Amino acid sequence: MNPGERAPDSVSRHSGAASRLAETLRSRDALLALALVVLIGLVATRAPEFASPARLAAVFNDSAILIVLALGQMLVILSRCIDLSMAANLALVGMIVAMTNAAVPEVPIVVLALMAIALGAALGAINGLLVWKLDIPPIVVTLGTLTIFRGIIFLVSDGKWVNAHEMSPAFKSLPRTEFLGLPVLSWIAILAVLGALVLVNRTPFGRALYAVGGNPEAAVYTGIDVGRTRCLAFVAAGAVSGLCGYLWVSRYAVAYVDVAAGFELDVVAACVIGGISIAGGIGTVAGALMGALFLGTIKNALPVVDISPFWQLAISGTAIIVAVALNARSERRVGRIILRDAEKGA
Amino acid sequence: MNDDSPVLTLDGITKLFPGVRALAGVSLALRAGEVTALVGENGAGKSTIVKVLTGIYRPDGGEIRIDGKAVRFSSPQDAAAAGITAIHQETVLFDDLSVAENIWIGHAPRGRFGLIDRARAEREASEILERIGAGSLDPRARLRDLGIASKHLVAIARALSIEARVVVMDEPTAALSRKEIEELYELVERLKAEGRAILFISHKFDEIFRIADRYVVFRDGEPAGEGRIAEVEEGELVEMMVGRPMGDIFPPPSGELGEEILSVRGYSHPTEFDDISFTLRRGEILGFYGLVGAGRSELMQSLFGITRPSAGTVTLEGRPLVIRSPADAIAEGIVYVPEDRGGQGAITGLPIFRNVALPSMSRTARHGLVKTSEELALAREYTERLELRAASLDQRVGQLSGGNQQKVVIAKWLATRPSVIVLDEPTKGIDIGSKAAVHAFMRELASAGLAVVMVSSEIPEVLGMSDRVVVMREGRHAAMFDRGEATPASLVRAAAGIADAREAA
Repeated sequence: MNPGERAPDSVSRHSGAASRLAETLRSRDALLALALVVLIGLVATRAPEFASPARLAAVFNDSAILIVLALGQMLVILSRCIDLSMAANLALVGMIVAMTNAAVPEVPIVVLALMAIALGAALGAINGLLVWKLDIPPIVVTLGTLTIFRGIIFLVSDGKWVNAHEMSPAFKSLPRTEFLGLPVLSWIAILAVLGALVLVNRTPFGRALYAVGGNPEAAVYTGIDVGRTRCLAFVAAGAVSGLCGYLWVSRYAVAYVDVAAGFELDVVAACVIGGISIAGGIGTVAGALMGALFLGTIKNALPVVDISPFWQLAISGTAIIVAVALNARSERRVGRIILRDAEKGA
Repeated sequence: MNDDSPVLTLDGITKLFPGVRALAGVSLALRAGEVTALVGENGAGKSTIVKVLTGIYRPDGGEIRIDGKAVRFSSPQDAAAAGITAIHQETVLFDDLSVAENIWIGHAPRGRFGLIDRARAEREASEILERIGAGSLDPRARLRDLGIASKHLVAIARALSIEARVVVMDEPTAALSRKEIEELYELVERLKAEGRAILFISHKFDEIFRIADRYVVFRDGEPAGEGRIAEVEEGELVEMMVGRPMGDIFPPPSGELGEEILSVRGYSHPTEFDDISFTLRRGEILGFYGLVGAGRSELMQSLFGITRPSAGTVTLEGRPLVIRSPADAIAEGIVYVPEDRGGQGAITGLPIFRNVALPSMSRTARHGLVKTSEELALAREYTERLELRAASLDQRVGQLSGGNQQKVVIAKWLATRPSVIVLDEPTKGIDIGSKAAVHAFMRELASAGLAVVMVSSEIPEVLGMSDRVVVMREGRHAAMFDRGEATPASLVRAAAGIADAREAA
């Protein structure tokens, strides 16, 4: 604090745009983008048509649901929680929407989609309230609701399928409908990314998420309601799960109890590969997007290069471990920087 | 126990980090049976030298000698094998293991088949504990169930179990009560008597003069003085540390106090405090003194909405207030800067500007969207006022030094433009130069019309800064003094409940 003694160290007036750029280039997001390009490049050496814009757009479209779900999961993970019930939520809402459509085909698709979002949000709110009001660990809560949601699907459907011929044509065609050259499904993913960017970076809720995940105790002293923030994250994750419920059953034109079984782990995997810290407080929208794209690319590329889809699981698993190992390494590097700066500071 | 040949010598140690020289040719000689105090402001290089000593950092220049022979530590294990051990401010022990397990972890006595000989481990642990006057500790007790002072004893027992010749104590008394500190001093004496060389790092001058034989002063990573404690005075040490004479440590009071702004009546909590009343005026610094556990922090946390009171009223500027959450308190202009600024203050993973702007989002947001430019402007305004040293406002708070993190936390609260600010132990754990700056700054806040509540356990600070002092004891109001009426003795008497304490209010 001795004024004047170390003037060069004091806060520079510019906001460090150059250093921010340099940091971005070295960042995990940039690394991940590079990995994605390398992956596509590798596949293209065996199957050049894979790198064509049309095929890449198809891969994006195929990854759209994963992207939207990963963004929702990201909100939850940022707040130092986890939602394992997303795929079950998706399946339950998908079943209800499909059954509604089969029973009352006159209900407009927009109404059905809104209903899906609202239902999903309500299911998410159950998770959120249990975490907030009863203070139960999120992994336990969502493991419980995951099982309950799947059970309810069985109850409402009697274990029966809703097949393509029972769904109205409009119901099935919406995700496929092209708009400005891209299917609506892709547009929804793009809108979700844009929405998440604004939500996470520009709203008080987004700021609160990072604060709650980064240091819950300090967040309390800052006037942030930790429980409420987490609950809202679960509601948001539920809402996108519900929306994806409609998208999933309409895209694949079938609804049954085991729709998207195990998909919650793909969603978590996308987040982890995308560099979103399971410990909360660290992660970017770009990371979640690329994590999902990475998994989607692997899934689409393997058949092209004639690798058995069974390998897909092993490769996805390897990608998760490599990503986490890389993240852990970069955190350690950060740790050293902290030590160093602690010495030179003050 | 030859006093003249040092056990451990550091000679001209230099440690470079990219862009900064943390240590520039410092030397240190530790002798058996001697306590050497290492003093210096935050950032003077004290922690760096500890890390060099314990093998965490490798020096870029200079030599480490043990018994006159040059050694090289390439890992903490090497340093431990050479008989160097460190006891840190926060003990690095395992809460879920027993006392004996903690003492022996890594080098437990082995029995048949290489399995740990538990009976022997516990027996020998008991012997060591006995030696340091902690025979009452059960070696089988779980560490979690022990108090902080007992944990320190376990850490010291562990140091003895590896037959350490050099014991480094890094601010060991920071979290201890008076009585526990006394016990620690006795222990240091005992370690001395056993012929161990001790390096004692502390901010507290009374303890340096109490237990050290020699002193070494670092300033900005360079040697700034050394010698025998008996031949130096406090003022000289301070001068060596800060490189300039310290004048009047406390800023003068502002004189005129404004109108009453806050009035607390009959504030009670089921377990922490009972029937507390006080008033606060603009421009005033109201000190809260008491022993650790007297309920001062709990009272302030309750006023800030962290916990709910069971009875009592709060009136701000004549309006009765109901505070249900910290958000309510902040909205009313009451802020609380917690004592544990690392744990409760900063979000270390976020950049400086986001930390500063966090409680002020209602002002930096337009139509529900936060404007980064507004956040940066806010952060710049308040960090400049506090003379924060950082590369840029984008820097993550975790990369700053402790003192600068503290400034970020204070800037965060000032940015909410409060009318009442509660500072809980505002200078705890910070060096003497920064202390003076914090004091001056508190006075400046008061002069600017803020009402300041200062919870402090440091008597000189309470006496030097407060316009009035409230003393709490066991959750109750024990005494109230006006400026000039309180003496160290009267504060201690009131806090400890010794008769004759002046009752006023």
